[in-house]
Amino acid sequence: MSALHFLLNGQPVTLADPDPTGTLLDWLRYQARATGSKEGCAEGDCGACTVLVGELTGPDDALVWRAVNGCIQFLPMLDGRAVLTVEGVKDSPVQRAMVACHGSQCGFCTPGFVMSLQGRAMGALGTVGADVGDVLAGNLCRCTGYGPILEAGRRCPSGTAATQDEATRQALIAMRRETSLALSHEDHLASQTRRAFSPRSSDELAALLLAHPGARLVAGATDVGLWVTKQHRDIETLIFLGECADLRAIKDTDDGLRLYAGVRYNEAHAALARLSPDLGELMRRIAGTQVRNAGTICGNIANGSPIGDMPPALIAMDARLTLRRGDERREIALEDFFIAYGQQDRAPDEFVESVFIPRPAADTQIHIAKLSKRFDSDISAVCGGFALTIADGMVQQARIAFGGMAGTPQRASHCEAALTGNSWNAATIEAACAALAHDYAPLSDMRGSAAYRLEAAANLLRRIFSGQTRGVLDTALLDTWSELRHG
Amino acid sequence: MGEPSFLVHKPTAHDSAAMQVAGRAPYVDDLPEPPGLLHLAFGLSTIAHGAITGIDLAAVRAAPGVVAVYTAQDIPGTNDVSPFAGDDPMLAKNEVLFFGQPIFLVAATSARAARRAAKLGRVSYEPRPAILTIEEALARQSFIEPSQIMGHGDVEAALSNAPHRVTGRLEMGGQDHFYLEGQVALAIPGEDGTIHLHASSQHPSEVQHLVAHLLHRNSADVVVEVRRMGGGFGGKETQPALFAAAAALVAHHTGRPAKFRADRDDDMEITGKRHDFHVTYDVGFDAQGRILGLRLELASRCGWSTDLSPAINDRAMFHADNCYFLPAVEIISHRCRTNTVSNTAFRGFGGPQGMLAIERIIDHVASETGCDALAVRRANFYDTPGMDSGRRTTPYGMAVEDFVAPEIMAELEESSLYQQRVAAVEAFNAVNTVLKKGIAMTPVKFGISFTTTHLNQAGALVLVYADGSVSLNHGGTEMGQGLNIKVAQVVADVFGIPLSQIRITATRTDKVPNTSATAASSGSDLNGMAAYHAAIQIRDRLAHMLGERHGVAAELVRFTPDGVVAGETVIPFAQVTKQAYLARVQLSASGFYATPDIAYDRTAHKGRPFYYFAYGAAVSEVVIDTLTGEHRVLSADILHDAGRSLNPAIDLGQVEGAYVQGMGWLTTEELVWNEKGRLTTHAPSTYKIPTANDRPARMEMRLWQQGRAHVPTIHRSKAVGEPPFMLAISVFSALTQAVMAAAPGKGFPALNAPATPERVLAAIAELRGRHG
Repeated sequence: MSALHFLLNGQPVTLADPDPTGTLLDWLRYQARATGSKEGCAEGDCGACTVLVGELTGPDDALVWRAVNGCIQFLPMLDGRAVLTVEGVKDSPVQRAMVACHGSQCGFCTPGFVMSLQGRAMGALGTVGADVGDVLAGNLCRCTGYGPILEAGRRCPSGTAATQDEATRQALIAMRRETSLALSHEDHLASQTRRAFSPRSSDELAALLLAHPGARLVAGATDVGLWVTKQHRDIETLIFLGECADLRAIKDTDDGLRLYAGVRYNEAHAALARLSPDLGELMRRIAGTQVRNAGTICGNIANGSPIGDMPPALIAMDARLTLRRGDERREIALEDFFIAYGQQDRAPDEFVESVFIPRPAADTQIHIAKLSKRFDSDISAVCGGFALTIADGMVQQARIAFGGMAGTPQRASHCEAALTGNSWNAATIEAACAALAHDYAPLSDMRGSAAYRLEAAANLLRRIFSGQTRGVLDTALLDTWSELRHG
Repeated sequence: MGEPSFLVHKPTAHDSAAMQVAGRAPYVDDLPEPPGLLHLAFGLSTIAHGAITGIDLAAVRAAPGVVAVYTAQDIPGTNDVSPFAGDDPMLAKNEVLFFGQPIFLVAATSARAARRAAKLGRVSYEPRPAILTIEEALARQSFIEPSQIMGHGDVEAALSNAPHRVTGRLEMGGQDHFYLEGQVALAIPGEDGTIHLHASSQHPSEVQHLVAHLLHRNSADVVVEVRRMGGGFGGKETQPALFAAAAALVAHHTGRPAKFRADRDDDMEITGKRHDFHVTYDVGFDAQGRILGLRLELASRCGWSTDLSPAINDRAMFHADNCYFLPAVEIISHRCRTNTVSNTAFRGFGGPQGMLAIERIIDHVASETGCDALAVRRANFYDTPGMDSGRRTTPYGMAVEDFVAPEIMAELEESSLYQQRVAAVEAFNAVNTVLKKGIAMTPVKFGISFTTTHLNQAGALVLVYADGSVSLNHGGTEMGQGLNIKVAQVVADVFGIPLSQIRITATRTDKVPNTSATAASSGSDLNGMAAYHAAIQIRDRLAHMLGERHGVAAELVRFTPDGVVAGETVIPFAQVTKQAYLARVQLSASGFYATPDIAYDRTAHKGRPFYYFAYGAAVSEVVIDTLTGEHRVLSADILHDAGRSLNPAIDLGQVEGAYVQGMGWLTTEELVWNEKGRLTTHAPSTYKIPTANDRPARMEMRLWQQGRAHVPTIHRSKAVGEPPFMLAISVFSALTQAVMAAAPGKGFPALNAPATPERVLAAIAELRGRHG
């Protein structure tokens, strides 16, 4: 028998062999009877279940908090961590401001907003320097129209609440385990013995995966969580990546950026934005803060979505993957990882260890554009990445990739060919746009019709051209809005 | 109500706000789970239409954790959860009529066990042709009731004599309520076959009556209790009965408590939504854009059953005039029966669809005449109270006696700097090619009252204790809109006591019987007045007692925040109530209110369905990207008439929330069904309501300071729940203007709603492709 340990609002909790696919939210609500956190969707899209998770980070064991969706946090992901729920926040300035600003109407989303704003006040991951609207884009409210909540947030700026709770930090240090967590749980409903491991290094992970080929790797559970909450899939063996210290590394060099498998979106945000402002903007619009605080870039790549939030941009930037099997490593171009819909170049006992994104050459422009029905926290209908090298009025090099246009994120080779070696002018752009029809035969679905996808994809290229010839002011829709909101 | 008020008209915080921010305000699923609780899930239809030829539930029954499985055969009474028509079976028996229809009910020891087992049912069908769209239904004449006609004047003559005439078409999508708290009900069996239900329902009385008859019991055997809902918006007017009935059925059969907490995806697939509409129009007008004749055809998708669709479609007709006098008009309304979810009440209740139609027509007429859209709106206004140019009668024969829209529009035009901004938008469009802006000001006139006249009644129960504290109960339900605090303000004001002395209690069918749904924006109008009447009875008794004791006339006894004033004496309220108790004066009263002066003949579509109208106006400014169709709402200026607002903070919250919700309806919120009739946007991952970053970059909202109901409503306030939803029509008009700016001189665009980037881009492409 094995047990996991965490702190709930400062109090130690021990769970003996819980279901490793049990969620924090269900445990809070139906076992701990802490019902302040609500279930609005059970898929990480509404934020009503937002809680803060604190973990020891770095050589100094600093306590770093991050807001996550409790509905898709599997229990083993909390081992050795501190959980702060709305019940643990008592008469805080955030709560008082929410009342004073009339930020709570039906109140069901309110605890989630309180926790997101509390996280911001505590300087939690992904909130420092971020606009309050961006911090809250993963919390849905159907009553207020958001104005009062945004105002409550403005009254409680980032960094106004204590973050380094020494008692919590010491409790977590004392809780640190000697050996890796391994759980075994009898799921009587599924007639299955479910096993879970939480290795503490990539070496241990590699060995475990050799021993359990096909085990489900879980980093942030922002996708796998839904397999359980929505599809009731029974996962026999899970390996959690979150404790592999060496996989949390971000290596930022002159050549580029290497992100290891455990690096969460928001942990990489600043470094990616330095690599390309457009990449930073794409990150801002991927999911909500809570998902970006849980999900990883490598997990996003490895799950092989045809839309692939990040891959179209990363393919355009010529990113490379390192896959590891035991002690063997191989490096492949990211674009080659995606073989077909639902099929990736990864053996069952292999894992994505890191992704390397080369720093764009000084003469290369990176443009990334995402089209979706809603700007924030929506999956792209089309996402385009463009790496263009233009010199002396000629396109020297073009790498273009799209998501949402095919069964996988894919290069636009005809389009690239139509650009490369030609003058950067309207005629070339039109030829390149026409070529896109040879690159893709997109599907129609609830996010967009095939015709829209093709037309809009071409127009993204036209917009880049127009922005350069007419000035960006004419094309920067979101800037027009942001300038007004922020005065 | 002539006396000065101490507590009403004040921006008091929502009574539950402090509990809600602490996570301590319980919703149904937060209540302690009773021992032996069973959890429920439905087995759903996987086709849109067909006969059920067999149901094999052996695997479901054998699944771990399953305690019982029920089908339609197990319902002891009436298998119906409809509001009135009797055509909403709780469980399908012989036939399924939409994809996602409940066929069987699983009760298990955990929610996970129930949901997993529900997937194991094997239902065989003989598929039948499914009607999925409005067009198919119109072609097949598939309706839930005969098409309705409303209007007056010789439309044919008006159209053929008009100097100008244009026809057009508009499609608008539906909308999911997306209440954050999904459908949920907890049934606890009581003695002698009684049931106590905790429901998340805007209409506890309806749930009570339906559950009783489904179990073949009397209404008195069932108590429904609603403390609060995590959002309703109309989605919990009729829809909760299904889930409550399921929980009650299980409690009835097993004798164990039962809870139905619907999974979000199931909730969205099963429950009805706002009706989508197709609109066609033929309008005749003069050179100034004044409408001379209009033939308007509205067709809505009602879905598989009647639900509230007749009244909803009536309300669409009632609002197809908005603020405009239509001298000759014919409004034809088709109520299409389709094999999709049964569409239902949603904030505005058809009003938004009717109003969007007429605002589209006004925009089209303005485009055709080349006149300024605001000038065309003004040219078509009803008469204001002082005027008499014969422009007062609505298409349903009611005189508009309180027409204040022109005053509101004029004030907003000035405060929003509308004319300067129109010029600035034109200047922007002159120099930008990819981005184009649009700006529009639209008014709202919304009729207040249930158009089904008998529903306009309410009751309240006020109990005053000897220590001076007050227990307040009324038939309205709290879904976040602030009804309880408003009613508490009214009652506290009657007694001159602080709000802290009032205990707001859960709505219960055993305290106030036969209540109407908290709907039609009527909550505070009806329940506020009923509670006022209850409180006044008690106050009169107290005044009478004090008058006798202190030798003053009872009507001169005043209840003030400083105490009760009887002549020279000031007595604390708690002392007065104690004296009253000792003097054997009754300290409880029930109050009742029925809205006066309304009557409607539905067969002729004539009468006075509304007690009064609520008004408002909004200016919205948008920018679109003509290459991608993406757009942003840059700013919104709103002036709204809540009469003499009972609580300006609460009312402004309604205004902003409604505007943003309306903006979602018209922009990002798109419901998509596939060719099999399955809803593919059944979760927030695919169905996109506005986020904090969709709120307009700049929002200026004010309540109209001159607002005052012209009829004696509670403290002369006006209903505010639904009317501001339609302020968002200005967003759609502004988007239309921006699309026009992308292809100047090409005419009026065929933009449909919701104006997703894809639809905006398609409208631009179609417009640019036109000749001329």
